[in-house]
Parts: sequence; C-alpha cells; structure tokens
Amino acid sequence: MNRIDNKFQELKANHQAALVGFVTAGDPDIETSQKIIETMCDNGVDILELGVPFSDPTADGPVIQRSSTRSLQHGVYMKDVLEMTRKLRKNSQVPVILFSYYNPIMAYGATEFYKDALNAGADGLLVVDLPSEEADELIGKWDSDRFSFIRLVAPTTPKKRMASITANASGFLYLVSKTGVTGSEGLDTTDIRRHTELLRSVTALPICVGFGISSPEHVSAISQFADGVVIGSAFERMIEENLDSPDLPAMMGVMTAEFKKATMMAL
Amino acid sequence: MQAENKYENPYDVSRFPNENGHFGPYGGRYVAETLMPALIELEEAFHKFFPDPAFQTEFKELSKNYTGRPTPLFYAERLSRYLQGARIYLKREDLVHTGAHKINNTLGQTLLARWMGKKKIIAETGAGQHGVATATTAAFFGMACKIFMGVEDIRRQAPNVHRMELLGAEVVPVDSGTGTLKDAMNEAIRYWVAQVRDTYYVIGSVAGPHPYPHMVREFQKIIGEEVYRQVLDCTGRLPELLVACVGGGSNAMGLFYPFLNEPVDMLGAEAAGFGIASGKHAATLCAGNLGVLHGSKSYLLQDEYGQIKEAHSVSAGLDYPGVGPEHALLKDFKRVSYVAIDDDEALEAFHLLCKKEGIIPALESSHAVAAAMLEAKKRGPEEIIVVNLSGRGDKDLGIVTSA
Repeated sequence: MNRIDNKFQELKANHQAALVGFVTAGDPDIETSQKIIETMCDNGVDILELGVPFSDPTADGPVIQRSSTRSLQHGVYMKDVLEMTRKLRKNSQVPVILFSYYNPIMAYGATEFYKDALNAGADGLLVVDLPSEEADELIGKWDSDRFSFIRLVAPTTPKKRMASITANASGFLYLVSKTGVTGSEGLDTTDIRRHTELLRSVTALPICVGFGISSPEHVSAISQFADGVVIGSAFERMIEENLDSPDLPAMMGVMTAEFKKATMMAL
Repeated sequence: MQAENKYENPYDVSRFPNENGHFGPYGGRYVAETLMPALIELEEAFHKFFPDPAFQTEFKELSKNYTGRPTPLFYAERLSRYLQGARIYLKREDLVHTGAHKINNTLGQTLLARWMGKKKIIAETGAGQHGVATATTAAFFGMACKIFMGVEDIRRQAPNVHRMELLGAEVVPVDSGTGTLKDAMNEAIRYWVAQVRDTYYVIGSVAGPHPYPHMVREFQKIIGEEVYRQVLDCTGRLPELLVACVGGGSNAMGLFYPFLNEPVDMLGAEAAGFGIASGKHAATLCAGNLGVLHGSKSYLLQDEYGQIKEAHSVSAGLDYPGVGPEHALLKDFKRVSYVAIDDDEALEAFHLLCKKEGIIPALESSHAVAAAMLEAKKRGPEEIIVVNLSGRGDKDLGIVTSA
C-alpha cells in the first residue's frame, strides 16, 4: 500500500482528520525551507504539499503569490523542489504531494518529471490549472497506485461532473472550499459540509478541504465531516511575517502542532 | 507555377477547434476547476445563441449603426507610390466606434452576456482599446463593468483610462509583475474565479481558454468577410498578401480567417521591441516555444524552467508573452508567416502613414504597416497587399512624442 492510502487508513483508525500542510518550496530561502518542511513533518503534518514556484500563479491570492516570487528570486525551480523532497524522504515517511501549475511541468518534460518525482520519493501531484479534460496528456501512462494525481473539485462543480472527475481519481480529493483564490476570507462551513456530502455520495476516496482555512477553529469544524484539511496561506503568512527570524522553523513547528491538535477532535 | 502547389494542403478551417477546443496540439482549457463549469456554460450559450437569427439580426444591426460597419477598404496610393512596389490597401478598422477593431468582439460578447442573463462584465486591457470597447458596450447595455489594467499601461495609455471612467467603468490598477497586459489578465482571472457565478469575463483576444479563441474569431471574422467583398469590388480579384499585427492575434484572425482556403499569402507582424537578440520583445511566435498560460496551450515567451518572461514593446497592445492558439497552428502549417518588427521600424511606419496618407495609426497597427512596407518594396505594382489598420493612434501621441 502506498504512503497516502496508508496514512488515511491510520488516521481513520485513530479518529483523526488529516492535516495537509502547504508551503511554497524555497521560501524564504532553500535552506530555511528545508528546515521548515522537516519541522512541520516532525510536528504532526500528515501530508505535505510542496508548492512549485511559478511566475503567474492565477489561482493564488497575494500571500502565496508573494511567496512564489520570493522563491523564484532565489532561483528555486522544479529540480530544486524534487531535491528538497529527496532530502526530506531520508528521515520522514510523510506523504509528499507536489503542488504546481502546468507550465513548469511541461518545461521539465512530463516523462522526466514522473520518473524523477517517483525517484525523489514524492507521492503525488496536484496541478491547479489542469482539469480532468486535459489531464490525460500528462498522466496517461502513470501508475496511479504509485503516484497519485490529486483531482480538484470546486463549489461550482455539478454532481454529474463530480462523478466524472472522481472516476479516475486516486489518493484523495481536494475540495475547494469556496469560489476564489487561495487565502481569501469568508468561510461558510455549512456550505462546505453540503458540498463535502455531495462529493461523498459519488466517491469512496478521502476528501480534503482547502482554500481560506486559517484558524484551528476552522480546522476543528471541518474535521467533523471531512477527511482532511489543507492549510496553506496561513503557513505562508507566518513565513512572510518572520522572513529573517532564525526561529522561523521552530515557529512553524508550533503552528503545525496547533493545527494538528484541531484535527484530533474528528468524530 | 509554385503558387499552384503551395495551397495543395490548405488549412482546413472546418476542422478547428475540435469539440474540446483544441487547435491541433494547441488551445484547450487549462484553468482551475472552479472555472470549468463556467466555460462549459459559455460554450453552450455561444453555440445556442450565436446561430440564432434574432441574435444575428441584433448583432448585425448594432455592428452597422452603432459600431459603424462596414469600414472602408482604402487604397493607400501615396504610400504605395512612395514605396514603388505593390499596391497597399488599408482596412480602416481605425474608423469604427471607439477607434479599434476590439469593439467587434466586445459588442458580440456583451450581447451574448445579455442573452445569458449576466449583469456584470469584467475585462483585462493592455493598450486600453479592449477596455474602452468593453466599457462602451457595457454602458450601452447598462451593465456594471470592471476593467483590470496594469499600472505601467495606465501610465502610458492615460487617455484610455479617462475614457473608460467616463463610460462608467471601474479601472482596477494591477501592480504585480511588470504592470502590463499579462498581469492584468492574471488579476482578471483571479477576480473571475471569485465572482464566476454572476460575472461574464470578456477576453479581448483570440487567446485564453476555449471557447474564447473560437468565439472571438467568430466575432472578428467580419473584418475579413468585408475585405473579401471589397477587394473584389475594387480590383476584381483577391489580393496576393494580407498583413496584420499579432499580439494575442484577434485582428489578424479576423482578417485572415475568411481567406484561409483561398490562394492568398498571409503575414502576421509581431513586436520585436528592442530587437529579438536583446531579449526585450514580444515576438512569441518568432522566438517563443510551447507552453500553457492563461488557460490555453500555445507559444510562449518563457525560460528553460517554464517561468513566463516579461514581454516588451513600444506598443502596449502587443506587449504580451503569449499568442492565440490558432496562430500557433497556422504557423506550424506554414499557412501564415510571422515576422518581427522592432520599435523603431514601427515608429517609422507610424510617421510615414501620418505624412503620406493623413492617417494616424495605432502603434500596434504600425507594426503591420511596417511589415507591409517591407513586403511592398519586394513586389511590383501588379500585386495587391491588404493591411489591417486595426486602430487609430490618438492614444499613442504621448509615447510617440517622447520616443
């Protein structure tokens, strides 16, 4: 069994939701970023989402846009993100999902990417701007038991479309909490619950909810009905506010532990 | 003799795009899942309403009496004589309401938005021509309108900002990146993702995700259809060459499309900025390669890591690192040739057209004029070149006087 399926089975047995933690790789710089992801994994992140910086992140709000810009200023590209994954894998079995826009993957080469990502110990990929209709050109030859292509479902996705998206899915499903970019305000947990239940009616895969979830209270509320919660902009905001602090990795560890605690109250 | 073989395997216009919006390997819908249902809804609405005779009647009536179509096809005799080459005809899109071809598309899309029951309109703009055209048709139909525009473009195209505001649109300044068209489009997409349920996004070129490249071409092909009739009326035959500038490529697609199955050569003029060797240019087809940006797969200006490069051109409307997917396919088919015209060549053509014909062209269109001038000199007076004069140059006076 692969690391992602294993993880969800283990969490289910312990009545916990998954804490999926996102950070942009290489922010604020590659060494600190490596320490940050290691500390997050040591402090309870269940699945790590490692963001591949891109010059034009149209699905992201200002916080992640700026983190992407900082990483690119340090010259952090796909090969570096894979190298960070490889280093992390030496000491950790936490599943790693690479989070990218499509163009950096195309530039790397689809076949090369698949081979190198597997070798580095990554467990899956999420491509924000590659909907189901276009995905086959990338993942057609992949073994989804070894490397998951994480599919997104949006609040605008009708039930019929949910069914076609989930038909070929593996790993887990990423349910976007609301229309908008990452890190935006105004979370409606009643609405999210309704969408989660709708999605649950067409799939047996775990469902993780993301976009705009920023407090342990949100996490705790969503953990009542979802299988996982994605925290991204909140972590990135912490990085941005402490760019030069030597304590940044430790602070990220504390923050991770707080969020993880909020997932433990799952029913 | 060569001419007979040249079009043996013409670009078959009926084949593209396919049902998923692909033009061969290009095009498609590379967007966040949140937008997919909206794009599918838009595609269905376009297929339902566009062929509707009532929609066509309304579109044609407004194109005639509001936009001011048909625009003249004008024989630029003084310019042609000066160049001592082929005869140059200008398709006067600069004479339509708002001063550029952009209104053909915004009229069509805003009308479609109204038929779909949408009340809010957004658009991105570079030079401001598409923004002004969108603000105009939104005002006409009584719809709320927001225009996303880069801060650098707001600076260099100030008159258009004032026009949009007079028309009741809100101009949203975008300061990310270089503050130009690419950044404005990023921000318009982000806004649309948040407001997709009640907002219609009027993309200004044959770029973006399906169905925009197809739909915008359909609204712009009226340019080529008119030229087809007019050039036969004036000269009794089809021209040897069509020339248009290419940023995203909508005025070029509009001119070229009705001629694609005819034995007519076509030339797209991209912006070479400070020159391709300088790296500061916007010649995507001449110097870019395959990638995905703003929802479609096409040629892009990018580095080896797939990060998008900043484009440069003296003309804000061409200052974009991508290009419409159908142009990418037309390039691969070798059905259209693409050349790069630098800032100096465009400015020289700008001044020449002012002096010789008493016409002040947009800097975008000046690239097409420059490319046509180079071609005209290689050809004799028995040959005919039609240039799409896509817009007027009033908005560029500040740039031209300081350049």
